[in-house]
Amino acid sequence: MKALPRLASWLQVAPVALILVLFFGLPMLVVVTVSFFDYGQGRLYPTFIFDNYVEIFSSSVTLRLYLSSLKFALIVWAVTLLIGFNIAYFLVFHVRTLLWQIGLFLLCTVPFWTSNIIRMISWIPFLGRNGIFNQTLEGAGITSQPLEFLLFSDFAVIVAYVHLFTLFMVVPIFNSMARIDRSLIEAAYDAGAGPWRIFSEIILPLSKTGIALGSIFVITLVMGDFFVVKTMSGGQSASVVSALSNEISAIQYPPAAANAMILVAIVTLMVSGILRLVDIRKELIA
Amino acid sequence: MKQAAGPRPWTFYVFASFFALFVLFLYGPMTVIYILSFQGPTGGLTFPMTGFSFLWFHALVTAERVGDIGGSFQRSIVLAVIVAVLTVVLSVAAGLAFRRRFPGSGVVFYLAIASLIMPGLFVGLGIAVGFQLLGLDIDWYTSALGAQLTWTLPYGLLIMFAVLGRFNRAYEEAATDLGATPWQRMREVVLPILLPGIIGVALFGFTLSYDEFPRTVLTAGTRNTLPLEIWAMTTNVTSPALFAVGTVTTIVSFIAIGAGLISIAVIQRRRTRGTGQPM
Repeated sequence: MKALPRLASWLQVAPVALILVLFFGLPMLVVVTVSFFDYGQGRLYPTFIFDNYVEIFSSSVTLRLYLSSLKFALIVWAVTLLIGFNIAYFLVFHVRTLLWQIGLFLLCTVPFWTSNIIRMISWIPFLGRNGIFNQTLEGAGITSQPLEFLLFSDFAVIVAYVHLFTLFMVVPIFNSMARIDRSLIEAAYDAGAGPWRIFSEIILPLSKTGIALGSIFVITLVMGDFFVVKTMSGGQSASVVSALSNEISAIQYPPAAANAMILVAIVTLMVSGILRLVDIRKELIA
Repeated sequence: MKQAAGPRPWTFYVFASFFALFVLFLYGPMTVIYILSFQGPTGGLTFPMTGFSFLWFHALVTAERVGDIGGSFQRSIVLAVIVAVLTVVLSVAAGLAFRRRFPGSGVVFYLAIASLIMPGLFVGLGIAVGFQLLGLDIDWYTSALGAQLTWTLPYGLLIMFAVLGRFNRAYEEAATDLGATPWQRMREVVLPILLPGIIGVALFGFTLSYDEFPRTVLTAGTRNTLPLEIWAMTTNVTSPALFAVGTVTTIVSFIAIGAGLISIAVIQRRRTRGTGQPM
């Protein structure tokens, strides 16, 4: 009798497990393997060499790329956390009826279901040299000539990231906050706690798991991006993955694979650092 | 914050204004490109509008420079439907499995999470090189389909966790007590109750696939999907045709979102009417 539900579970989960192994697990092993291959003239030579790694670590470009990626990740993380936390706080604690809460939540969610590329390029008419932003500033007499740093710059990259990824902060933080027992807040209030203490001793600690999950999403999304950096910086900035995608275009798979492995190692370190703060399995399945 | 009625605190207005600004930030730029896609014949990529025309939409089907929009659009729709169906069936089954602790559940869970946060380009690279090493051809309905599933299945699974977390097992027990077979219990009790969540999974499956770029770029082969076609346009098309394709693709997304949300709302409303309380 006990073996039966276990077998049922295995059968139910088998298709997903199989697809994840075939199209995620094995391909990742392929990337690991290929990172030790030799290459030339668009061909792969199955060997076991460390040259690809040696080259990465001895190149001065590597450090610059990682610093650039980390800089974007850090700034975007801070901005999306600030915005995401406040939006979630507003939805959970200030919106009073469930219908409004669902409606406003969906309003934040709908763009997520539309094309990222289109949402990204929709900043071009805004930030361009003759774009809406510059037209408005000049029209209002604030500036006399167009600001050049708006488009095809780090600024544009960060604006696009924040636009695309803030939702990944809002949803998990909203989830955590929505589960906070209101009677806890009321009890604290009755016991004489001020708004600041209620915030710092109840709301913030109980939102921690949501913040951690959102941070994982945003950091991995920024670290893994290549098309926002490429388009919005106009080729002036680079990130680890955008450099890697150039290697792929040149059919230099082994160095690209080695680069990917190093990035994955660093991102895994960052994620496991965050995971030490929370048990996401308990958070997600329970 | 604590009373259900009464005057709102001043902080409400501060937060509400912030929220309004955020919504403007989300929708403003998108709205602008929808307007600009109706730009006149001599107009450029920004205001002013030099007229109102459907010229740029027309250019999508006629001009050679913009590539194979029609074909890629068809492929993207077909692929998105396949991905949505597979994501629904497989993640609902897997979600139900996770209601029990079983040996290996942790492995599958962390595999799914890792697949979700792995940079999409790496997954595509691994699949493309793997296919090459095995001597297989990459194509949108084989390698790209698999690549997209590594992204939609973990999402489907997470939504199922959230949906099942709120599922009251007393309904199942009641069905068993009333003599339902396991299959009847599943078909007539569990799945109907989960239906709104299942529609949500389908909506995610369709839209995530329809707009997928990083995992598909290396795995689609020679016949592009729509996002790949759009990506190519961003580098070589500098006319409002770029915005026209944005408008068209967003309309498709909005139809999918509308269909999903309206059917969920209709189901919930019927339920409230039937039982007096939402499930």
